Amino acid sequence: MKVSAVITLKKDVLDPQGKVIHETLDGMGFNSVNEVRQGKYFEIDVKENDPKKAKDLVEDMCKKLLANLVIENYKIIETQ
Amino acid sequence: MKSSVITFPGSNCDRDMDVALTKFGFKNKMVWHNDRELPKSDLIVLPGGFSYGDYLRCGSMASKSKIMNSVINFAKSGGLVMGICNGFQILVEAGLVPGVLLRNKYLQFICKNVHVKVDNKENTFFKNLDKKVLEFHIAHNEGNYFCTNDQLKEIEDNNQIAIYYCDQNGNTNDQINPNGSIKNIAGIFNKEKNVLGMMPHPERMIDESLSGEDGSIFFKNLLNNIK
Repeated sequence: MKVSAVITLKKDVLDPQGKVIHETLDGMGFNSVNEVRQGKYFEIDVKENDPKKAKDLVEDMCKKLLANLVIENYKIIETQ
Repeated sequence: MKSSVITFPGSNCDRDMDVALTKFGFKNKMVWHNDRELPKSDLIVLPGGFSYGDYLRCGSMASKSKIMNSVINFAKSGGLVMGICNGFQILVEAGLVPGVLLRNKYLQFICKNVHVKVDNKENTFFKNLDKKVLEFHIAHNEGNYFCTNDQLKEIEDNNQIAIYYCDQNGNTNDQINPNGSIKNIAGIFNKEKNVLGMMPHPERMIDESLSGEDGSIFFKNLLNNIK
C-alpha cells in the first residue's frame, strides 16, 4: 500500500529558500503571492494492506527519521 | 590517552582529525560506521564532511548508523564525545545535543576563518584554556543553529553554550554572525557538558606555517584535561 507524507517547516522557522522562490516569482510577475514555504514530499510503498496500520507505520517513520520535529511538521496526506 | 574517530560514508575531515589528535599525543583509532563496538576510548570524535551526501537532512542518516548506538551509550555514561561540523549535525540528529542546524541564512556555502569566544570553561573541553578568543576555520552550508524558545531558555539556564562567533576582540554581534545562528552560537554542549558539538574546525588550525595554532592550543589543552 502506498502512503504519502508531507514535511513542512514550522511557522516560526526561517525558510530562506522559500523566500528566494517568493522573490523570484514576484520578479516573474506573480505578484499575488503572500508567502512561499518549501517542504518535502515522500511516497512510501509499505508491505501492509491495512490502511490504518500503514498510516501508523509511516507516522512512526516521520517521527523517527523523515521529519525533525524541532523544526518540521509532518502530515500523512493520502492512502491508496 | 585514547581517541576514536568515526568514519561515515562521505566524511572528509576524519583523516585531518586523526593527524591532529595523533600530533598532540592521542593514540587514535579510526572506526568504521558499520562497526557495532567502539574501541576503548577517552574521546570519541564525529568528524566533518558530507555523510551520506547530506541526504534528507545533514547528519540524519549517519545518526542512525550502527556505530551510533555505541556512541550514544558512551555519551550517556559520561564519555567525552566531540562532533565537528557534520559531526555536530550528526549529534543534533542523534539527540545528543539540543537544537538543529539549518541552511545558512544567506544560502551560501561559507568557507573562511572566524573568531569564536569561549564562554564556559567549567568543562573538560575548555577548562584551563588561557585564551578567550580562538581563531578557527568554518566550511559549511548548514551551520545556522536554531532551537525553540523553550530549548534556548533551557540551554542558557544550564550554561550549555560552548562558543559564540565573535570579532577578534570577542565582541558578538549580528555583523560578524556568519550564518544566522541564534545568539551567534557556534558550539553547544549537552546538559552534562561531556558532549560538544561545534561548527568550526580546530583540526584545521594546527600548523603555524599552514594556518594558525589556535587548534594546537585547543588540542593540547584538551589532552591535559583528559589526563
